[in-house]
Amino acid sequence: MKKSMYGKYGGQFVPEVLMPALTELEEAYDKYKDDKDFLEELDYYMKEFAGRETPLYFAKNLSKKYGIKIYLKREDLVHGGAHKLNNTIGQGLLAKYMRKKRIIAETGAGQHGTATAMIGANLGFETEVYMGAKDVERQHMNVYRMELMGSKVNSVESGSRTLKDAINEALRDWVTNVENTHYLIGSVVGPHPYPMIVRDFQSVIGNEVKKQIMEKEGRLPDSIVACAGGGSNAMGIFHPFIDDKDVRLFPVEAGGCGLKNTNKEALHSASLSVGEEGILQGAYTKILQDEYGQILESSSVSAGLDYSGVGPELAHLADIGRIEPRYVTDDEALEAFYELSRNEGIIPALESSHAIANVMKMADDGELGELVVISLSGRGDKDLETVFKLKEMEA
Amino acid sequence: MRIHDKFSELDEKDEKALIAYVCAGDPSFEETKEIVKSLINAGADIIELGLPFSDPVADGPTIEAAAQRALEAGMNPDRYFELAADIDTDIPLVCMTYYNLIYQRGLEKFAEDCVNVGIRGIIVPDLPAEEADDLHNACKENGIDLIFLVTPVTDNRRMETILNKTSGFVYVVSRLGVTGTRSDVARSTKDILDRIDTDVPKAVGFGISDKEQAAEVISEGADAVIVGSAFIKIIASGENVNERVETLARELKEACRTEN
Repeated sequence: MKKSMYGKYGGQFVPEVLMPALTELEEAYDKYKDDKDFLEELDYYMKEFAGRETPLYFAKNLSKKYGIKIYLKREDLVHGGAHKLNNTIGQGLLAKYMRKKRIIAETGAGQHGTATAMIGANLGFETEVYMGAKDVERQHMNVYRMELMGSKVNSVESGSRTLKDAINEALRDWVTNVENTHYLIGSVVGPHPYPMIVRDFQSVIGNEVKKQIMEKEGRLPDSIVACAGGGSNAMGIFHPFIDDKDVRLFPVEAGGCGLKNTNKEALHSASLSVGEEGILQGAYTKILQDEYGQILESSSVSAGLDYSGVGPELAHLADIGRIEPRYVTDDEALEAFYELSRNEGIIPALESSHAIANVMKMADDGELGELVVISLSGRGDKDLETVFKLKEMEA
Repeated sequence: MRIHDKFSELDEKDEKALIAYVCAGDPSFEETKEIVKSLINAGADIIELGLPFSDPVADGPTIEAAAQRALEAGMNPDRYFELAADIDTDIPLVCMTYYNLIYQRGLEKFAEDCVNVGIRGIIVPDLPAEEADDLHNACKENGIDLIFLVTPVTDNRRMETILNKTSGFVYVVSRLGVTGTRSDVARSTKDILDRIDTDVPKAVGFGISDKEQAAEVISEGADAVIVGSAFIKIIASGENVNERVETLARELKEACRTEN
């Protein structure tokens, strides 16, 4: 097996012009990931800038209501309001060590864009973010945040005007400016080495959980539940537990309006659950596509899960049965959004609400066991407008 | 006619090749046929017929828009091969498309379908040499050229690997970036042409849109010029398309005849 592969998934399906940059990135990562100075600086930023470690919070009201012990890994408390900063700190430092002058990023919900803008401002990079026009509309507070920190935000009008199209546009920027620019991918997607690098920087989530749950419960959890669009918070919390076979791992995808497709569009974003093998944006993975291989537009109430592909390692882990994909619909996610807000006084991101919804759904059937950890990947402030609009439409 | 034979024929006449790109089905099945006819009338030596993909990451806005128009007009791989079969010519056709469309059809079947309709080469901009062994084999078995790209940032070691694999011609990306028209010829063009040590013809693309640029690229050592976005822009305008495409192609071909 090539080292760029996870089983049959992964690879480097990119224009020739990017191959040297991928090699350069891989070599730099190999060199610095065990470098004392790099690791010290990474550690410093994780503590002092991001605010780690984040609490593993016992959700006593939810636990009581659903009859199992529920812990929330509070990535919503990371600076910026989501787990995304873990990765942008790592890659931002890597870009600095690689002497790049400029960083670019794609963003869906705007959380990764914001986290890129933060590290960009802090480390002094020229920063540009690509964001689908549809996402710019539904997440414009994040656009203001990015601009406030000195990033240029480019609204992408092509295709479905969401995350997939933002990645296309970022790739086009990168092929043009590859010599001085680092493309700071925000999820475990794209060509090797990105899925590995992003996973490694996000693994801080799972590593902390492992230590914290041992302190609090003296044992590993029965299950871990995380939402998955591209899959970065899921891989981050799952990865340190892959060899702990007794811990069941559930990625939860966006079921949107149900697992159906129209001619050009999927009404969901559940590529792990119902996608088929193919090549999208640099990787061989599970994707939503038509009979010819044209990519279907995905759909979800949550911008951060609205993606037609999924990380190749997740596709592999699902194939071998190590992770067990589930999905919840928009309505179920919204219900969970209210449920956590009312019961625990924590407003979750709509993305993370999918993970919570799945626990609410499955708590009774025993699948989760007695002790479950949910990755609360982000906070919901950015989603208030979306939720209020939906509420008005209902009324 | 195989691509190699075309270049041999041109060599004897002391001419360079004009490779013209259009996107199949833009703006419609029938109109593409007429446009290709105009290109051939004007003396285009090879037609690069794009099979549109929903997410063309190597293309700039001009060709991306063409792909979207074609997809909306109903173009798909089945219709694509029908269209290619309808083009009555003995000059080589080359298919340019993204890997997922080839993969989903099946590599063998895709290569066979190409042969059956007179497509003699395939260019896949998101398939670097490292990932190309399977398609390379399928092409070989069917006597089709798999054409690889080299760029200004391709180092000499990679260059050697790629030149060993490419056949028909090598696609020289003369500048960093996506497809599209530019007002000047990249300074990197000569550097990269000088670095390419091969018997395979060198075809320069990305950014060439008029006869002056074509002449310049040829004077720097190219065996062929590839022009796409400039034709697509005429097609997108919808005005006197066939006539204007033919005029531009004639001018470009003229530059391929005289600037040796």
